[in-house]
Amino acid sequence: MSIFIEAAIRAVFVFGFLLVTVILLVWVERKFVSDLQNRVGPDRAGPWGILQTLADGMKSFFKESIRPTNVEVALFVAAPIIALMTALLIFMVVPIGAPVEINGTEYALVGADLNVGLLYVLALSSMAVYAIVFAGWASGSKYPLLGSVRASAQMISYEAAMGLSLVPVVLFAGSTSITTIVEQQQGTFLGVFPAWNIVLLPSFVIFLISGFAETNRAPFDLVEAEQEIVGGYHTEYSGFQFALFFLAEYIAVFNISALTAVLFLGGWSGPVFGPAWIAWVWPIGWFLLKTWAIVLFFVWVRASLPRMRYDHLMSFGWKKLIPVSLAWIILVAIAIGIRDFGLPWS
Amino acid sequence: MTDTPDTTAPVEDPAPIGPDASVAFSVEDERRKQHEIWVSGTEERMPFASATNEGAQELLPRDQDPALALQTGTAVEDDFISFVPAIDEERQIINMGPQHPSTHGVLRLQVELEGETVRRVKPIIGYLHTGMEKTAETLTYAQGSTNVTRMDYLSPFHNELAYSLTVEQLLGIDVPARADAIRILMTELNRVSSHLLSTATMGMDIGALSMMIYGWRERELCLDFFEKTTGLRMNHNYIRPGGVAAELPDGWEDDIVSIIEGVNAGVDEYEELLNENPIFLDRTIGVGVLTPEEVKQYGITGPVARASGIDWDLRKAMPYSGIEKYEFDVPTGLHGDVNDRYHLRIKEIRESLKIVHQVLESIPAGDYRNPDPKVTPPPRKRIDESMEALIHHFKLFTSGIEVPPGTAYQSVEGPRGEIGCYLVSKGGTKPWRMHWRAPSFAVVQSLPAMMSDSLIADLISALASTDPVLGDVDR
Repeated sequence: MSIFIEAAIRAVFVFGFLLVTVILLVWVERKFVSDLQNRVGPDRAGPWGILQTLADGMKSFFKESIRPTNVEVALFVAAPIIALMTALLIFMVVPIGAPVEINGTEYALVGADLNVGLLYVLALSSMAVYAIVFAGWASGSKYPLLGSVRASAQMISYEAAMGLSLVPVVLFAGSTSITTIVEQQQGTFLGVFPAWNIVLLPSFVIFLISGFAETNRAPFDLVEAEQEIVGGYHTEYSGFQFALFFLAEYIAVFNISALTAVLFLGGWSGPVFGPAWIAWVWPIGWFLLKTWAIVLFFVWVRASLPRMRYDHLMSFGWKKLIPVSLAWIILVAIAIGIRDFGLPWS
Repeated sequence: MTDTPDTTAPVEDPAPIGPDASVAFSVEDERRKQHEIWVSGTEERMPFASATNEGAQELLPRDQDPALALQTGTAVEDDFISFVPAIDEERQIINMGPQHPSTHGVLRLQVELEGETVRRVKPIIGYLHTGMEKTAETLTYAQGSTNVTRMDYLSPFHNELAYSLTVEQLLGIDVPARADAIRILMTELNRVSSHLLSTATMGMDIGALSMMIYGWRERELCLDFFEKTTGLRMNHNYIRPGGVAAELPDGWEDDIVSIIEGVNAGVDEYEELLNENPIFLDRTIGVGVLTPEEVKQYGITGPVARASGIDWDLRKAMPYSGIEKYEFDVPTGLHGDVNDRYHLRIKEIRESLKIVHQVLESIPAGDYRNPDPKVTPPPRKRIDESMEALIHHFKLFTSGIEVPPGTAYQSVEGPRGEIGCYLVSKGGTKPWRMHWRAPSFAVVQSLPAMMSDSLIADLISALASTDPVLGDVDR
C-alpha cells in the first residue's frame, strides 16, 4: 500500500516541479533573449513580468481549440497529449539530489530509480517523434506534413547519434541506472578535478548537439521553421492543444539540460557546507545550478545561430556525429579494457 | 399552341468561358487604339500585354501553361522548367503567401514541391495594387511626391527624388547647390537604412533572430534623424519639385556624425556575427545564383545585379543631383549568390556613409529651394507685404505648378535598383500619365530562375536576399 502512495507522491511532485520550472523557463528564456537582443522583454505581468507565462497559459486555456474539417480526429487530439506525456515521463528517472534520510529511512530524490534508466530515456524520446508525426499527418494540411516529414527524419537520425554518445557513459559507469551513474561521478580526480563524466568530452559534445536536434531547438528547429513552413507540425493547432505542444517543448529542453547535468556534469555532486539539517539542500542546489546553466546555453545558441538547412542537417548527423561516436566508443572501450585487465602483452 | 417553345431543338453550347489569350489580346488592342497617345514611339505596338501576361493564376499542368509556353523560346534561359523527370504523385503544390511569415509583404509564391525540393515557382503579384500611377494623374505636381513616396516605402527619399527630378526636367529649372547636397545626404542615408533593414530581415529569414533586432537598432538612428528633419519616419514628402521642404534641423552635423559612428560600429558587429559563421555560409554560398546574362535579360538593376558582377550604378553612369562630386566606390560581386548580395549591401552601407561624410564636410550655404515664384510658395512674411506673393501663394495651393507639355524620364539609383519616373504632361497642373520603373518588379520576376530545383530553405534565403518591396512591385 505504502509503495503506491509513495509512487503517487513522487509522480505528483515531479509533475508540479516540471510545471513550475517551465513557467520559469519560458520567462527566463524571453528575458535572456531580450537582453541579448537589446530589448526589454515581458515586464507587464507581475514583478519583472514573471507571471507572463501564466497569463499566456490562461489565455490559451480559454481560447477555442479550432479543429479544421479534414483532420484525423483521434490522432489530432492524441498528438499533443503524447507529446506532453513523453516529456513529463522522461524526468521521472532524473535524480535531482542526493538521497535524504527522513526518520531513519533513506529516500532517493528521484521519481523512480529504474535500473534501465538510460534505455527508458531513449525509448521515451523516440516516442516523442510519434507526437510530431501524428500531429503533422493528422492535420490534413501541407505545411504540417512537411514539418512532420522533417521531424521524423531529423529526430530518428539524431536519436542514433544520441544513443551512441551515451554508450561510453554506460561503459564508464557499468550501469544504465542514472542514479548509479551520478554516484560514480562523486569525488575528485587527481585530488583537484571533479570526477565528472565531462572527461568524455566527445560524448558530451555529441550528446548536447543531438539534444538540440531532439528538442527541435535552434539551430535545428527545422521542424517548426517559422520562416519556411509557417508553424511546422503545429500550424493547425490552436488554443490549449497548442499550449500542450509548447509546454512539451520546454519540458523537453529542461529534460535534456537536466540529463546533461546528470550524465556529464556530476549531477548533484559539489561541495557541501553547513550543519546536517541544511546540508541536504546543497546537492539539489548544485543540480539546479548546472541544469540552468545548460538551459541558458540553449537560449544563447538560439539567439546567435542561423537555422541549418535540411540536407546539411542530415549529412552532419550521419556523416560526422555518428562516425565520431563510433570511433570514440571503440577508444573508450579499449581504454577501459586496459584499465581493468592491463595491457594485452603484460 | 404555336407559341410553345420547341424543346427538342438542341441547346446551343454557351460560348466557352475562360482565358483565351488571342481574343483578349485583340480586344485590348482595339481599345488602346482609341486613345490619342499610347506609349510614345510604339505605334507598331510591342507585345507588352503578352509579355507581362501571367496566364491563369494557378499552376496548370506543364503542357497547358500559357505563361510557360510564352517563356519558352524567349531569350531568357528558362530555369522555370525542370527537366528532371517527374512522378506527378510525388509532387504537391503549396501556396506560400500572400500571408506567410517571410514573403516580405503580400507576395504569393506558388511552389511545386517534390519532398523538400522546389521544382517550379510562380510568383503572383498584385495583392497590394492600389493604382498609384493612376492616382498620380488626379494629383497636382505638388501633391505628387506625397503619392510616390508611398510606393517603395523603404526608400521614400529616392522615390521623391526621382519624381522631383522629372518634374524639374519638365519645368526646365535647376535647384540650388545646397538643395542638391541635402538631397544626396537624405537619399544616401535612406540607402543605409534600407540596406540595414534588408540585412536584418535576411538574417531573420535564415533563422538568426538576433540579427533582425541588431539591424533595426542601427536603422533607428537613421529614422530618428529623418523624423527630426521631416517630421515623419517614413513617407516624408520632403524632397519636392524645386528643392526640399525645409532646412536641416539645428545641430544636424552632430547627428550625422553619431549616425556614421553608430552604423559603422553596428555593421562591424554584423560582420562579426555572420561573416564566418559556418551555418550562415552553408545557407548562403551558392544559393539563389543569378548569372550576369539572366540579370540583363530580366532587367534587374541595383545590388542584385551588382552582386552578379555587373558594374552598373546610376550614380556613376548617369549622375544626378551632383553626386559625381563625391568620391565613392561601386562594389561588385563575383558569384551572384546570396552571400555576395549580403556582402555587397554591407559594403554599400559603408560607401554611402562615406558620401554622407563628404556632404557633411562640403555642404554649401545658400537657399534650399528654387526661388522661382511659379514653383516655390513665397515665405509667409512676404504674403502680408506683397500682392504678387499673395497671388502666387493662392495659385500654387489652389491649382498648382503649371508644367509645360512634354515627356520626361529621370531615374535614380535606389537601394533596390533603378527607380525611374516617366511623366507625360499635356500642360496644366497635373500629369497626363505617370509610369514608374520599379526595381523590385524585375527582381520578383526572376524568382523562378533563382529558385527552381533548390530546397525550401534556399527559396526563403534567395527571396530575402533580393529584398523585394511589394509596395513597389504592385504600386
